Amino acid sequence: MSITPEEKDELRRHGLLLTSLEELAGWGRSHSVWPLQFGLACCAIEMIAASMARYDIARFGSEVFRASPRQADLLIVSGTVTKKMAPQVVRLWNQMPDPKYCIAMGACAISGGPFKQGYNVLKGIDRLIPVDIYVPGCPPRPEALLHGLIQLQEKIRGQKLAFGGNAEGPAGECPVPECGGHDLVPPSNPDYFHPPQLVRAGKS
Amino acid sequence: METPEQIRDRLLARFPGAPVTLVPNGAPGGQASLLLEPSQAREMAEFLRDDPSLQLDFCSNMTGVDWPQAGCLEAVYHLYSMARKHGPLVIRQRTANRADGAAVASLTPVWRSAEFQEREAFDLFGIGFTGHPDLRRILMWDGFEDHPMRKDYAEPDDYEWEPTPHDAVLAKARLHYASAPVAPPAKEASP
Repeated sequence: MSITPEEKDELRRHGLLLTSLEELAGWGRSHSVWPLQFGLACCAIEMIAASMARYDIARFGSEVFRASPRQADLLIVSGTVTKKMAPQVVRLWNQMPDPKYCIAMGACAISGGPFKQGYNVLKGIDRLIPVDIYVPGCPPRPEALLHGLIQLQEKIRGQKLAFGGNAEGPAGECPVPECGGHDLVPPSNPDYFHPPQLVRAGKS
Repeated sequence: METPEQIRDRLLARFPGAPVTLVPNGAPGGQASLLLEPSQAREMAEFLRDDPSLQLDFCSNMTGVDWPQAGCLEAVYHLYSMARKHGPLVIRQRTANRADGAAVASLTPVWRSAEFQEREAFDLFGIGFTGHPDLRRILMWDGFEDHPMRKDYAEPDDYEWEPTPHDAVLAKARLHYASAPVAPPAKEASP
């Protein structure tokens, strides 16, 4: 027997809560996303503002910024990722336990931003680790980060319950790039980074 | 403060036989500078710092210049006097060539403030500084081989995904475009 969401809502109005373990776990997980206390640049200032009383990320259950990746669920890449820093970011990501999520906050973390043409800036953290939510802005306002967090909560609530990992997320560790003679080696992770092939007629 | 010409003449009188060249500046500011020979630059710098009428005790800026046509690298120092409240005096040193071992004299023993900036010039221009106490790369990682601020630096090619390329970026992004069939440009959607 299956119950439609409308029927469920109707029952809730009458004081009957029908739910599943999966739904309950998703509800709980989505409201206790613990971010890693990790800032890279000016976006981190906005992230701090979002955690303070005025914007109050605690309303969404994410006020517990953990100083250790072992205790964190969410990596907010808040700022410019230089090629010198990129291996450390990937290491932090690898040290976080599953299920884990990543928000790329701001233009730099998404694409390199204003430093995109620089020789020393990674052109988007999604070249190395999987990103769940992109929050554009330079820097994004705290409200934008909160919106990104709410979107992430939606995503978590929609996920299947898996024991011992994230059913829909990536498996295993991301390879940590080396700082080579001219660039990162490898410069991107082919498992996650698939740049669209641009076909531009009349332009080449 | 004395003019650069006067300072050059005093340097020549103090260090006979050492070439000190006045480099004129055609810009509206007309700020001429002194080109010192690296072999005696350290002694001359100490003279500029300790001379009672100059007392150039503060090196506010040190940077590098790449001259590919002339085939040399240049280290430029801007000197001020805190004691006498005058300046700046610009002094330069040139390397013999642009090879890896090209070096000038480090002026960090004279002005401590040059230490990190000389490391930066070493990192980004590849200018060596003989006599520097701690000459390592400061911004790029140790295994990095290039010198990004040189004019002939070729940056790594990661332009495979450029949503709105233009100018120089467009030229680089084009190398990654799939070979497009020769077709008329896509028609604009009519509103």
